[in-house]
Amino acid sequence: MSDPKDFISGVDSNARREPRRVVFVTRRTSAQVRVTDEEVVQTFPEVLFRAVVAIEVLATVLVWISLLFNAPLEGIADPSHTPNPAKAPWYFLGLQEMLHYFPPMVAGVLVPTLVVIALIVIPYFNINVEAEGVFLKDRPRRLQIFYVVAVGLSLFLLFFHVYVAWVPSLIVAGLMLVAAQSSAQSPSRTGRYLASKPLSFWIMTWFLFELVVLTAIGTFFRGPGWSWVWPWRG
Amino acid sequence: MATTTGYFDQLRKSRVWRSIFRSGTGASTLRRSLAIQQDVFLHLFPTKVRRRMLNLNVTWYLGTLTFGTFLILVSTGILLMLYYHPSVPQAYADTKDLQFVVSDGLFLRNLHRWSAHAMVFLVFAHMFKVFYRGAYRPPREFNWVIGVILLLITLLLSYTGYLLPWDQLAFWAITVGSNIASAVPVMGDKVHFLLLGGNLVNANALLRFYVLHCMILPLTAIFFIAIHFWRIRKDGGLYAPPRDSTTGREEAPIQEGR
Repeated sequence: MSDPKDFISGVDSNARREPRRVVFVTRRTSAQVRVTDEEVVQTFPEVLFRAVVAIEVLATVLVWISLLFNAPLEGIADPSHTPNPAKAPWYFLGLQEMLHYFPPMVAGVLVPTLVVIALIVIPYFNINVEAEGVFLKDRPRRLQIFYVVAVGLSLFLLFFHVYVAWVPSLIVAGLMLVAAQSSAQSPSRTGRYLASKPLSFWIMTWFLFELVVLTAIGTFFRGPGWSWVWPWRG
Repeated sequence: MATTTGYFDQLRKSRVWRSIFRSGTGASTLRRSLAIQQDVFLHLFPTKVRRRMLNLNVTWYLGTLTFGTFLILVSTGILLMLYYHPSVPQAYADTKDLQFVVSDGLFLRNLHRWSAHAMVFLVFAHMFKVFYRGAYRPPREFNWVIGVILLLITLLLSYTGYLLPWDQLAFWAITVGSNIASAVPVMGDKVHFLLLGGNLVNANALLRFYVLHCMILPLTAIFFIAIHFWRIRKDGGLYAPPRDSTTGREEAPIQEGR
């Protein structure tokens, strides 16, 4: 042992607090990792009470909806009579909208599989762990990559005439450009907010925009033969 | 009022009550902790929660509300099962009976259906809220994965339930959806056949979807929900952004060390 003094020791011998504790702290490090002075509440009853109230409010709302609106029920299933359009449940209409442009292998299998894999790996994706703004470091090179990806994606979507997916992409790309022009010192609050956002934020936001827009279009704007209809025109 | 509380306190002190709930009465921190720790269901949760996590704008209570829809769906679903035969064409007749013959059957079906839509919506909302809060980061990464599994189970639950009324809407939605399975490379047609119990949506498909909807998927969901809740406790409670120790203000969310 090169330095015999490189540790401190202590014994806690409070008779009322057994068992006796012995502590060795080596290399002058502190055993105390983090001070927590957080105010806490007991789960029972405070948190459970709030949860119950939240669920009761939800139940009340759902009961009112159920009293006012009836669930749809059409004629008995008839394999010989295909309705036009035949629509999947609303949460799959984004996928069905994609199926309109791409073969089932791509829109029905590849894209959902990639989305699920992407969602699963998000927390394991340890690039940029500090969650720094995407354009704060190495800005010119990252802006170049951004332009290449944005133009590539646009060409791809336009080539297949997927204008409905192109518009949300453009909006997100526009917001990213605002982020690239801003920094932590920007005068506008929105600019500072956008500039601080990491790449994962932008990918998720793009996914959210596409999900909402494609689902809404599939639900409200698609009529016979999956043609475009305006929902307010009967 | 005072006597009601008094009677309730008497009841809680009785031998029978104490044999069931061992934590005992009283408002002490110890009793309240024991009420959580000594209950097979509640011990999934931590005994204490940071007070600032109770603010509505932190979580919007989306996880709680999603679980609430699940509870409503289980209770209305069990009641619906009492009036339903998963056979063709009886399934459609039963659904019609629910609309017009069974007392409150229409309300029951409405509540089940709208709650199902609400659950799908809330699961997505919960996922995005957790993401934007940064609550998915280590050490909570595996609970996020469980959440993704629960999202898929929710979609499957809703999708399998969609067929059960056996009306035109149900039949063609499932036909459109299940045809996608055929596009899986190499084994697509096999998967399609396995899902439907045939090459078309027919009585076999109805029975399969019924079993999936009423048995397999709900049990799987309960299994993963239990892990999901328990992992919140094991991963250190709901994610709270670190605070500056002097000002008490929340810092920008950054990754915590493992």
